[in-house]
Amino acid sequence: MAGQITFEPDDRYNAFLATCKTATHGSGKLAGVAVAVKDNISTQGIETTCASKILKGYIPPYDAHAVGLLRASGAAIVGKTNMDEFGMGTTTENSAFGPTLNPCDTGRVPGGSSGGSAAAVAAGMARMALGTDTGGSIRCPAAFCGIVGLKPSYGRVSRYGLIAYSNSLEQIGPMAKTVKDVSDLMGVIAGYDRHDSTSRDKPYAHTPSADVKGLRIGIPQEYFGAGVDAGVASVVKSAIGKLEELGATTVPCSIPSMEYALAAYYVTCTCEASSNLARFDGVRYGPAADTKKSWHDAYQEVRRDGFGPEVRRRIMLGTFALSSGYYGKYYAKAQIARENVRNDFNRIFADVDVIAGPTMPTIAFKLKEKSDPLSMYLADILTVPANLAGIPAISVPCGKSEGMPVGLQIMGRTFEDERVIDVAYAYEQAVN
Amino acid sequence: MVSEKDVQHIAELADIGIIPEELGTFTHQFNAILEYFDTLDRVPGDTTFTRDLYNVLREDVVEPSLPHEEVLRNASAKEDGFIKAPRVM
Repeated sequence: MAGQITFEPDDRYNAFLATCKTATHGSGKLAGVAVAVKDNISTQGIETTCASKILKGYIPPYDAHAVGLLRASGAAIVGKTNMDEFGMGTTTENSAFGPTLNPCDTGRVPGGSSGGSAAAVAAGMARMALGTDTGGSIRCPAAFCGIVGLKPSYGRVSRYGLIAYSNSLEQIGPMAKTVKDVSDLMGVIAGYDRHDSTSRDKPYAHTPSADVKGLRIGIPQEYFGAGVDAGVASVVKSAIGKLEELGATTVPCSIPSMEYALAAYYVTCTCEASSNLARFDGVRYGPAADTKKSWHDAYQEVRRDGFGPEVRRRIMLGTFALSSGYYGKYYAKAQIARENVRNDFNRIFADVDVIAGPTMPTIAFKLKEKSDPLSMYLADILTVPANLAGIPAISVPCGKSEGMPVGLQIMGRTFEDERVIDVAYAYEQAVN
Repeated sequence: MVSEKDVQHIAELADIGIIPEELGTFTHQFNAILEYFDTLDRVPGDTTFTRDLYNVLREDVVEPSLPHEEVLRNASAKEDGFIKAPRVM
């Protein structure tokens, strides 16, 4: 039934950048369900800023494809969620509009970059949310806030209307408290869209099944090695033990390309960012460029004041890595590394059905704990491989360490999103 | 190793607008990150590869698009139905 809902949440976590006090909705599968949308996904008529000053006041004239599908399903879009500016970060502290706090412990970050979406769901303000995942930005906050988040296979959800940061890596994906809700939201947003040239005709119409009997699970040694917190590793190992009790078999494996996967990821995403973010110059949208000045001076002024430090850092790193004389050393090598990651996964998936490990190497950081950029990048080590390979990966809550939620990550073969959903569902059903 | 002069040059290429007080911090952070990127030197091979993706093209025919005023709505400076940009000469 079509109608409207009133949305006036007590947003003490700064999860929302904009809310719709009265959210109208149509009828359909998600009729009247409150859905929050990350602020880098275009919503017609609702301010969309990517948590950046450079897009303050920007009102998209059209909906992202995924948002159009949401509206058609009857969902009530209740607001736009906070994030690391343009998706660049692992904590949501890089928002120009203040950090989001973790509802499980307000002294800690919710993870990022879809931290606002995760906090909105974890705090019960919205039943479902859309996030985006370039190098872990759905799975990391899902793990840190104790909810479920899926990064779909690359190409399965249209990126049309997603304000691009790193197009070859990012995907829009569903976040919710339960695997069933994540699956239902995925069913709404997946499918072919001719406006995204990388879109694949792979609709999702799946009902989760909790059967994992005979399933072969690869356990990569790198996911339990140096840098992974012992408490987190032990919680995740018990969760995998639960899947074994349910009839799955574990198989040790190795992803040697993880040695350079993170560097390959950061070279690729900064290079793509340097190109994608060139459009923000204060001419077609954003703060006014001084049209009396020469264009270099005018653009430099707008971009210096409009972009935060992490965004400027990544644009400069990408510009450097693509500059004459360095392309072969950085970008070209990163693409070979990326192919090696893909090959490692293909080799392992010839023998196992899914791969399991922790989503994040630690529990949620304390606010301001990751002040050095490189140490923040290193936290993405367990999530970036799935983006480099384009495979589906889900994070499902699997217990606590030091009182904070821990996420179990399940990765699957390309376009086998249904299978990672099923494994997460089997685990969730067994423990709840 | 990159120098402050290099970072200044990159900032100009990217039209990022850097102020002198920031150069030291950015340079220091750049060097730490680039040192980490050196792990790519250990990537074996220089093979090329193909991807199972193709260009998606359509006939060059006019299709419905956004109304003029919608397109201009977010621009801060406009004149006679055009967007005003900084001078290029």
